[in-house]
Amino acid sequence: MSESSLLLVENVSKSFGAVKVADATNLEVNAGEVVGILGPNGAGKTSLFNLITGALSADSGTINFKGNDITRTNAAYRCKLGMARSFQVPQPFVGMSVFENALVGATHGAGLKPSAANAHVVSVLDATGLMARANVKAGVLTLLERKRLELARALSTKPSLLLLDEIAGGLTDSECESLITSIKNVHLQGTTIIWIEHIVHALLAVAQKLIVLDFGKVIAAGQPDEIMASEQVRQIYLGVDNA
Amino acid sequence: MEWLGVVVQGVLLGGLYALFATGLSLMFGVMRLVNIAHGDLIVLGAYIALSTVAILDVHPVIAMVLVVPIMGFVGYALQRTLLNRTLGADILPPLLVTFGLSVILQNALLEIYSADPQKLSAGPMETASVSFGSLSVGVFPLLTFVSAIVLIGLLQWVFYHTSLGREFRAVSDNQEIAQLMGINKAHVFGVAMALAFAVTAIAGILFGVRTSFDPSIGGGRLLLAFEAVIIGGLGNLWGTLAGGIILGVAQTVGGQINPGWQQLAGHIAFLFVLAIKPTGLFPRVAH
Repeated sequence: MSESSLLLVENVSKSFGAVKVADATNLEVNAGEVVGILGPNGAGKTSLFNLITGALSADSGTINFKGNDITRTNAAYRCKLGMARSFQVPQPFVGMSVFENALVGATHGAGLKPSAANAHVVSVLDATGLMARANVKAGVLTLLERKRLELARALSTKPSLLLLDEIAGGLTDSECESLITSIKNVHLQGTTIIWIEHIVHALLAVAQKLIVLDFGKVIAAGQPDEIMASEQVRQIYLGVDNA
Repeated sequence: MEWLGVVVQGVLLGGLYALFATGLSLMFGVMRLVNIAHGDLIVLGAYIALSTVAILDVHPVIAMVLVVPIMGFVGYALQRTLLNRTLGADILPPLLVTFGLSVILQNALLEIYSADPQKLSAGPMETASVSFGSLSVGVFPLLTFVSAIVLIGLLQWVFYHTSLGREFRAVSDNQEIAQLMGINKAHVFGVAMALAFAVTAIAGILFGVRTSFDPSIGGGRLLLAFEAVIIGGLGNLWGTLAGGIILGVAQTVGGQINPGWQQLAGHIAFLFVLAIKPTGLFPRVAH
């Protein structure tokens, strides 16, 4: 494990019956990086996120975060250590206002005192362009707003590692552009990002490293231009998904 | 004037029923737990108060200071050690476990306190009354009713204006996401159960002062609590108060017409509401 590695996933496997969603998966993410994850549907991308954040527990292997072995810890603990994620299908607390949604993360995940939590939520909503909707119930938001809320809520926990799961999916080109700008800003402020995305041009705009998953295995990892030029990746991608 | 008195008695009695129901409503609202042992927990609260009064020789209302935290602690411990393990996608395990708990509680109380009816004595407070014009109202029922309003108001405030309340609403909305936001679900459920037990302890003590109790009467209280919660609409505490009042008024009015109809009238009112509005009168707005 190198000095700067923030997250280290080693030989992690997980299966449901005969289906292997992670097959001796290895992943190393250094502090400050933006890592993109590609792979056809069902390749185990979201499952990998679930394993990293603690929604699923690994059958074998270890997960190390900031030098702590977190393999057997619960999701709340991992969040407090500085890990946050957004979901592919936005899942806000629908009965709460946008502000309250983010406040939950600020008070619990980030462990801020009330006044600091309020200030932090204001800055997060500002950065994600949701300030005008702060007092609206999350249940009535549009798709773009819900995606932004996913981002805002993840940021409210003050993560050092942010996991984004297909956050650009379903957005128009201009919406996608503005979301990419927000994500770049988050990265500039020092947050490490792992991003699963099917919209390759969005991913390439930000990612410094790409990883390709298929059948729960990492089949390629490296510089974005090398990976996109690789014959194997083109085959898997062009064969299954015309992205 | 006679009928006005009857209705006022009913409203005040409804305060007690609302207190029976508040703990049940809280458990269901936060963790979707249907607690079959709830009636027995009310009786347990009354018995713990009985022992406290006997040992320390204090007034039952003073005994609350001790009984409420004891019950709260028991609630937290029970949730962390037992009930958390029953919660999941399947709704059957919590029903079965709390049913078992009900059987255990009844028999344990029977073993310790025997089947003799007991009563908490609050002294002159029990018979004191105040007059509003020609209307005379008992001080103790009035106190019970005011306690119900204050407690429900307090719980509403906690739910919607505190950090703890946000935790409750977050886990109630989406447990998985709440965990990812740094909320420890097991602990939050424990705290919710502690609160529910604390309210139940108060209900048990006020109930024990009002009428005599024995280990077997939990079931009847459970039924009243369920009826109040369902009349008011699931997940709405003010609705639960309204449900309690409707039950109370139906009972006193029914009892006034024919003393044998008291219990029956309450159940008929419940069936009537269920028939015209199966979601209860004030369901929490669906999102």
